[in-house]
Amino acid sequence: MTVDERVPVLEVRGVTKTFPGVIANEDVDLVLHHGEIHCLLGENGAGKSTLVNTVFGLYQPDAGSIHVRGEQVRFGGVSDAIDAGIGMVHQHFQLIPVFTVAENVILGNEVTSGPFLDLNAARERITELGTRYGLKVDPDAKVGDLSVGEQQRVELVKALFREADILILDEPTAVLTPGEVDDFFSVVRSLVDQGKSIVFITHKLREVLTVADRITVLRGGRVAGTADPSSATQQSLANLMVGRDVVFQVEKGESAPAEVRIAIDGMSVEDDRGVLTVNELSLKVRAGEIFGVAGVEGNGQRELVEAVAGMRPKVGGHVELLGRNATKLSPREITELGVAHIPEDRGKHGVVGAYSIADNVVLNRYHHRPFSRRFIRDRQAIASEAETLVERFDVRTPGVDVPIQNLSGGNQQKVIVARELSGQPGAILVAQPTRGLDIGSIEFIHNQIIALRDEGAAVLLVSAELDEILSLSDRIGVLYRGRLVGVFDTAETSREQLGYLMATGAASDAEASVV
Amino acid sequence: MTGAGVDEVAEQTGTVTSDVGATGRRRLGRRQITGVLFAVLGVILIVAVAPSITSETKSFAFESPPDPLQFSFSPPTLIVAVGVLYLLSAVAAFSPQRFDGWAGRLHLFSAISAVPLIMAIALGLSGSSSTNVTNLLDESLVLATPVALGAMTGLWCERSGIINIGIEGMMLASAGVGFMSFALLGAASSVAWLWVAVLVAILTGGLLALLLAVLSINFGINQIVAGVVINLFALGLTGFLRSEVIVPNGNSKGLSTTEFGVPLLSRLPILGETLFQGKPIHYAMYAVVGLTWLVMFRTAWGLRVRSCGENPHAAETLGIDVITVRYQAVVVGGFIAGMAGAWFSLESQSGFEDNMTNSAGFIALAALIFGKWTPWGAFAGALLFGFARALGSRLQFLQVEIGGFGIPSEFFQSLPFVVTIVVVAGALGRSIAPAAEGQPFRRSK
Amino acid sequence: MGESDSLQGKIVKAWSVQPVLVPLYAILLSFIVGGVLIAIIGVNPFEAYWALVRGMVGSPDRVAASIARSVPFVGSALALALAFRAGLFNIGAEGQLLVGGILAAWVGTFSFLADAPGLVAIPTVLIAGAFGGLVWGGVPGVLRARTGAHEVISTIMLNSVALFIVRWIVNSRDPVILRDTAASVPRTEQIADGAVLPQLVDSEPNLHFGLFVMIAVAVVLAFVIARTTFGFEVITVGTNPNAARYAGINVNRIIVSSMALSGAFAGVAAASEVSGTNQFFQPGTFAFIGFDGIAIALLARANPVAILPAALLWGSLLAGAPLMQQEADVSIDVVRIIQAMVLLFVAADAIVRYLFRVRDQGGRHIDATNAGWV
Repeated sequence: MTVDERVPVLEVRGVTKTFPGVIANEDVDLVLHHGEIHCLLGENGAGKSTLVNTVFGLYQPDAGSIHVRGEQVRFGGVSDAIDAGIGMVHQHFQLIPVFTVAENVILGNEVTSGPFLDLNAARERITELGTRYGLKVDPDAKVGDLSVGEQQRVELVKALFREADILILDEPTAVLTPGEVDDFFSVVRSLVDQGKSIVFITHKLREVLTVADRITVLRGGRVAGTADPSSATQQSLANLMVGRDVVFQVEKGESAPAEVRIAIDGMSVEDDRGVLTVNELSLKVRAGEIFGVAGVEGNGQRELVEAVAGMRPKVGGHVELLGRNATKLSPREITELGVAHIPEDRGKHGVVGAYSIADNVVLNRYHHRPFSRRFIRDRQAIASEAETLVERFDVRTPGVDVPIQNLSGGNQQKVIVARELSGQPGAILVAQPTRGLDIGSIEFIHNQIIALRDEGAAVLLVSAELDEILSLSDRIGVLYRGRLVGVFDTAETSREQLGYLMATGAASDAEASVV
Repeated sequence: MTGAGVDEVAEQTGTVTSDVGATGRRRLGRRQITGVLFAVLGVILIVAVAPSITSETKSFAFESPPDPLQFSFSPPTLIVAVGVLYLLSAVAAFSPQRFDGWAGRLHLFSAISAVPLIMAIALGLSGSSSTNVTNLLDESLVLATPVALGAMTGLWCERSGIINIGIEGMMLASAGVGFMSFALLGAASSVAWLWVAVLVAILTGGLLALLLAVLSINFGINQIVAGVVINLFALGLTGFLRSEVIVPNGNSKGLSTTEFGVPLLSRLPILGETLFQGKPIHYAMYAVVGLTWLVMFRTAWGLRVRSCGENPHAAETLGIDVITVRYQAVVVGGFIAGMAGAWFSLESQSGFEDNMTNSAGFIALAALIFGKWTPWGAFAGALLFGFARALGSRLQFLQVEIGGFGIPSEFFQSLPFVVTIVVVAGALGRSIAPAAEGQPFRRSK
Repeated sequence: MGESDSLQGKIVKAWSVQPVLVPLYAILLSFIVGGVLIAIIGVNPFEAYWALVRGMVGSPDRVAASIARSVPFVGSALALALAFRAGLFNIGAEGQLLVGGILAAWVGTFSFLADAPGLVAIPTVLIAGAFGGLVWGGVPGVLRARTGAHEVISTIMLNSVALFIVRWIVNSRDPVILRDTAASVPRTEQIADGAVLPQLVDSEPNLHFGLFVMIAVAVVLAFVIARTTFGFEVITVGTNPNAARYAGINVNRIIVSSMALSGAFAGVAAASEVSGTNQFFQPGTFAFIGFDGIAIALLARANPVAILPAALLWGSLLAGAPLMQQEADVSIDVVRIIQAMVLLFVAADAIVRYLFRVRDQGGRHIDATNAGWV
């Protein structure tokens, strides 16, 4: 195949895509040249995923055109995009856990001999691709048993197996540890060296400056600007991304820690598959301080919070909350103690989507006066409580009887925050409080958490965003494979130190025991 | 412990596959629970059952009289032998992990030995001295036919992601429409038209499956509701056809498919007749089970069907047309249900009665779940039901008694249902159903 | 076209019939389908339907009979509705009716009831029925909560088990368990006179006090679901079990109690039939009442009050059909087809909305059944 290197391998011209009520992309241009890594940068909801899904044939654009190697294309579906040599690694892996690697790779492009699948040929192909691009995977392993990093390799092999030479990588680093990210970047470079061209989507500024040959920034569905990595800075990119000057620092006074409110002692917890995910973990959080748990996702954060909240059994250790032994308490008993919990997964745990805002506001205290008397619910009292909180927590809604699923993520999260923080909790468990929210909601929620600390609550904060941990926490612990591998005062640590610990877990025994 | 140490532990626990990994850690895993059960059963058999049963010689006959080949035994001896086998199984359940393979095989063997065990106990308790076991096997296989076919219907639908609770209705409608066409076209007496009727039954099954597909795929209505609609509709339609068409037509009884034997093989002693002589739809059932396995697990299309049941969105990103694949799989399932319907009204007997499928479709669903959505497992489940039904009527015939108190045949007939509950409950928290089952799928736009 | 301008729009506004518009059109559509079928076999559908309607409501007696046919359906549909609200699919109403019925019939023959006043005897029998259903519904609930065994499978299995058990209890002659040896068909002995529900109309079948029992149960359930904390817990578990657990609701307790209560509704319905209609138990009496309950509950979208008219439609169609068969020579099974169509069109409301241009109000659709197998 001859390649004219001056013609862009992929060009998006003026693409507009609307969904009912939302303009996801408006007049977007994007040019990808042969052998380059083009970073697509933008906040959550800026329209990055919509754009690449359109390029990949999952969506049909309402206006504009897509050109591959200089020729205009119209993709009726994914198969057309695949035939045109486009491959995509989705943000949420599109893998089938119960299938083997080989089955996942060939699915849709099956190698057959006669009427039957030829898995041997598939295995050979996969091994060969693996050696060529540094993507080693066992073709016979079940995908569900693989680590996240390995699954990502399977995704890449899938695309390469289909002989894609334009690769779209949607937030590929979100799920990787810093170490895995480095490996991943070297794979990406070797792909480019062998003639592939890459669209790389991310919202992490550091990565963009490391890996990009060219940068396009999306904001609110439109191109906010393009940048050259040699001249751009994190600050300039951030301003482009958000559309105003971004303050990376949250206003917050000195902490005044008092008595211990959350005491976890040697706690062990298993995940859903029965694998020990939190391993004899100990930590203490005092009244009036925010203890931040940093770490790459999947190192036991979810299990840690759920176990403390009583939603997951502990296989060992003790938990004391507000001075009471809470090891065996149920979620309800823990709530009644005065411990609030902002859960990690909004849609799964935090709200009942079909319920009104009012019912969601009383979701965990519907059985208390004044919301019910003798088992009969008082809808008036519920509604008036909801109205008060909607006002106080600045929830944008036409009314409190609107189903909460009609609200934006930020407003849903504000309802959860209102429910959890309005009851003057003595301790609060906060998991990923600002995931997927816009900057305005993030600031609001951060301020609420700090205000609560200042009133004397103990806050255990878990977040995958190191910046969030750094700006909110008074002390920071790094969670690595179910253990705290280091605990620091925020003032005495650095992003680099934390990042290194998150990636390697390599702390001396002495450091780990300082809790 | 250093970071590297944690590393290794996590790796180990992470890579061991679900079965062993989960049970190895739990206080009492599935295997151990099974072991305890076997131990209890073994002790009961040896201590309580064996001594209380007559030691008169009884025999299993393998051929019809006169002068059948038979196996004579003293019931207590056989019962003690099985009891010892169960105790061995119990020990195996607590053996080190590396003997897991052997323990599994021993357990399977123990489970199968429940068949002669029950027969021996029954014979020991009855006045008869001999019973024909090949016959019993034969009946079991025949009675398993519609259940196995129904389970394959369910397999095709559910593996593609569509819950099919309307198997019963598909079978019933096929039985009714199939026989109606035979009565109308062939006066219920022409062999050629008989086969056309079988074909009509199969197509009817496909048509109702198409209805399920339209309702659940295009209209996105709840798949369980769609199944209920099909069951209701089939019940009404067949009742209507019977009283408005079949009965007025006057040919409500007639020919049915006839037995044939494989030359030579069917004359083999003992199992020759059982395995190589039978009726066509019964035979076709074996082919359907085998083909289902072959196509589903060895061909590209089967891989695609399974992918649609597991993660349709992943399939879509690979250019697979999920909707078309689901349509195809559901309709194939419908054809199989049509065969099952034909078995009722054109093979098992010639004629149609209201509600003649009598819950076979629901039992097929249970067999499917019993067999963990695999063809051979579901087939085994169907055999269990077939055997229990055959045994039920056999025991009624033998008049089994304990202390002058006759054991009702209903007791044995309800056994497979109880066993299914125990099995489903025993599959503790293991999600084995296709992951995307029951979820409507919308194409991205 | 603005909705308020059209005639339909005006009616909708004046009568606020929006919520029932789809079911009404669905019923209309189903009768059209049935009519086509009747025409195909060469009968004038209008004549047939005229006979059907007279069979349903042609005389006070027919009205009473129609209502009487509907009464047990209310119970089985309520059983389904409560389970649906908790996100469970109780296919086991059939078995729960049988167990409740046999228990009620057995307790009804207890000698101490013979002289007891109705105020004692009748509740005793009804409670016995409820208890039977409670156990038979509770078992799959416990299995679901403790082991994750799907209730669809365990209830289907328990239906068969229940059928075998009651068959044996009623049929067995050696030994005689509950069989009335004097009767020509297998059935239990007559219950005590005091335990018989008061009769209202001597129609065929007779209308008895069970009607009020069932209405009361429906109203109470409606109140429980809409206004009580237990109802809130049930619906939360049914809509989002994860959030329910997070909110401190004991999900397993709710699963077990809603399945048990669901079974109890079926059991009460069976007891009221035993006590009000036959005064004895016969296994065949309850055939299809549980399965039809599924359809009725779905038709009423698991709303306990809406179940009353839905069950009335169901029961009166079945009660009216024989006259249609007699006069127009149309098989009663047409009614079954119409019923299936009603459910079809209500479930696939997109068809109805498209054909009749009914706008979807959106709003709080509570999807009755959302569960897969696991």
